[in-house]
Amino acid sequence: MRYSLIIAALFIAASAQAETPRDFLTRFEKEAGSPASAERGARFFTAKQGGEWSCASCHTDKPTQAGRHAKTDKPITPLAPAANAERFTDAAKVDKWFRRNCNDTVNRLCSAQEKADVMAWLLALK
Amino acid sequence: MKKLLPAMLLLVALSAQADNYRLPKNAAFEEECTSCHMAFPPQMLHADSWRAMMNDLSKHFGTDASLDEKRRVAIADFLVANSGGRKTGTTRDAAGKPLLRITETDRFDKKHREINAATFKRASIKSPANCTACHAQAAAGDYNERSIIIPK
Repeated sequence: MRYSLIIAALFIAASAQAETPRDFLTRFEKEAGSPASAERGARFFTAKQGGEWSCASCHTDKPTQAGRHAKTDKPITPLAPAANAERFTDAAKVDKWFRRNCNDTVNRLCSAQEKADVMAWLLALK
Repeated sequence: MKKLLPAMLLLVALSAQADNYRLPKNAAFEEECTSCHMAFPPQMLHADSWRAMMNDLSKHFGTDASLDEKRRVAIADFLVANSGGRKTGTTRDAAGKPLLRITETDRFDKKHREINAATFKRASIKSPANCTACHAQAAAGDYNERSIIIPK
């Protein structure tokens, strides 16, 4: 009994561990049911999708560099994992920001395919 | 009169201090609210204003700032507990709705009477909501007159 408790605790600890950016690509691709396209992700990220802003309005079209909030001007740290190790390591944060920012740029939630494409592009940036 | 002088000096000192806001520590408030803008002192708005704002975060001045329910309630409680009450001046607009912008309060208006509208629109300032453009130490709660530098 005691051993199984320890094993269960280890499992819980392992599952609570931080995600890596690749985990999100895997998750979104699985949800979408088809592979991601970095090229499609780049287009989605840099062009307006119906809203007043594109992703690039705040994150720039080269998200290895820092951006600025389009309205408040507050500096935004780079979004690409290659330039910022803190990005895409916490599922709650990733879900929160996709929810908010998709509503602001696309006027709806993003599809799993759109998120997979953007992840693929961000991961390809060096 | 002699006895009154120290009391008067103290009052003068206290009123000069009024442009400093003590920013109470709150991890959730700092993490969530400062990801997009500086931490506006909770004392700058009435409790009713904070309640109304925190009830409509998915349309927060034109952007989606929605939070999970637990955090939303925690931050709302924090803002209400530290709100400015009537010191902010009139707390409602002409339609009777709580004011949502600090820049709409009487207190803001009174304090910025010498600044004309064109100054607020300078590229270096952008908007009256951009406190740090002129109050360099605003993020630390320092709105003192001597810390002001109005950029060209």
